[in-house]
Amino acid sequence: MSDALLQARGLTKHYGARLGCADVSFDLDPGEVLAIVGESGSGKSTLLSLVATELAPDSGSVSYRMRDGVMRDLSRLSEAERRALMRTDWGFVRQDARQGLRMAVSAGGNVGERLMGAGARHYGTIRGTALDWLAKVEIAADRVDDPPTRFSGGMRQRLQIARNLVTGPRLVLMDEPTSGLDVSVQARLLDLIRGLVAELGLAVIIVTHDLAVARLLSHRVMVMRAGRVIETGLTDQVLDDPAEPYTQLLVSSVLAA
Amino acid sequence: MSAATPETGYNFAYLDEGTKRMIRRAILKAIAIPGYQVPFASREMPMPYGWGTGGVQVTAAILGKRDVLKVIDQGSDDTTNAVSIRAFFARTADVAVTTRTRDATVIQTRHRIPEAPLHEGQVLVYQVPIPEPLRFLEPRETETRQLHALAEYGLMHVKLYEDIARHGHIATTYAYPVEVAGRYVMDPSPTPKFDNPKMDDCPALQLFGAGREKRIYAVPPHTRVRSLDFEDHPFRVQSFDTPCALCGAEGVYLDEVLLDDAGKRMFVCSDTDHCEERRADGHVGTGGMETAHV
Repeated sequence: MSDALLQARGLTKHYGARLGCADVSFDLDPGEVLAIVGESGSGKSTLLSLVATELAPDSGSVSYRMRDGVMRDLSRLSEAERRALMRTDWGFVRQDARQGLRMAVSAGGNVGERLMGAGARHYGTIRGTALDWLAKVEIAADRVDDPPTRFSGGMRQRLQIARNLVTGPRLVLMDEPTSGLDVSVQARLLDLIRGLVAELGLAVIIVTHDLAVARLLSHRVMVMRAGRVIETGLTDQVLDDPAEPYTQLLVSSVLAA
Repeated sequence: MSAATPETGYNFAYLDEGTKRMIRRAILKAIAIPGYQVPFASREMPMPYGWGTGGVQVTAAILGKRDVLKVIDQGSDDTTNAVSIRAFFARTADVAVTTRTRDATVIQTRHRIPEAPLHEGQVLVYQVPIPEPLRFLEPRETETRQLHALAEYGLMHVKLYEDIARHGHIATTYAYPVEVAGRYVMDPSPTPKFDNPKMDDCPALQLFGAGREKRIYAVPPHTRVRSLDFEDHPFRVQSFDTPCALCGAEGVYLDEVLLDDAGKRMFVCSDTDHCEERRADGHVGTGGMETAHV
């Protein structure tokens, strides 16, 4: 009997005749960072959507250890339970910040939304917590009333992280959080994520096509190709000593800095 | 009131009986689930959307031969919208009409609740442009229905949070969201928040009709209606520095009236019936020109 936080078993999803992903199984331990890597169209994002219960699998299941320690099949949760789980115990950092943020609402409102959703009704407390979290993700306090439309790409991603972490989730899903950012901003963001993950003991599933991101953040790597997991293992083991020809190709195609 | 000539060739109160039954079913469901938006098959009415097609359909569905109808627009009995809707029912239903709040059995309103206390047996029918209180925060109807179904109303507080962050206080002054009977969050239509406390424990039945959006909702008599707020920023209504310039009434909602091109202005009761009754009783205002704070 494992004490995994999340278990995926035989996840399969077809889009009509085309394959999204096939027969993916893995366990995620509390505090573990798992990177899913592969080229575009390899099924990474489909897999993440299945785990996040945004897509229903054709077959297979995802189970999660709730705060009371009981393992629950996510597809069996009621809609109310599922949504409560997603906005308190889980976070989802999107590739496109516009999907993860309310662009018309101030930074403080964005961070405070989950708190208000959980029943916080004291403005001063909500704002104080929002300011704390903005400081943690290195957004200046005087930007708390600016909407994210006035933020740079890097700041938007950091705001998304604050918005997701404010309720103290145990699991955070990240979909290409650094793509579209320039290299120095990427480096700072990765640094920040690594610090927060270590400090808070978060379990993370991060989807990326960037092996450097996987190397920096993750404990374990899953390599996907054409909808299937072709190799999985400890990050340094997979990246330094890849067994599969495709993984070797992927690793060797990284541009030298 | 001016006696309009009754029209012939129309069914009583314009709508056919089948339609009225359909609307009454929606109304009954709305009363059974206070604050819940019940979809209904809104009809084309002989007036444009935005002129109260929802309210008119609700009124048409509940009107009986012995009813006495009052119609107000922004508190006033004599503006275009009020006059034409009153004339419409005088002609198509041949019902008695009045401007006196206490004599009316059915009051159709746009944007105000009368100052005179409502009593048992009265029905207040609101014209509603946008029934969904979450609309400007969440554009997807599928999602807002989910939020209502699961009573997830954190988003509504995000709007109030934004108000305080931007203005230092809750700056929403109309269409101020309320929680009905401890369950559904409801848009009280664009009435000033000044009127929100009147909805709470009101002895009259309150019906809301949105014609374009095809929704009916209701607050049954003596239902708890609570305006949303924060613990450290409690709900408060507007207050006015000066009484009504015509009748001297205090604690009522005032309209600003410009008197000339030089910016001379005065503040008078928005509820014209209330003001006229007070003046008939001998109350006189200062005719003063002081400013008011909203």
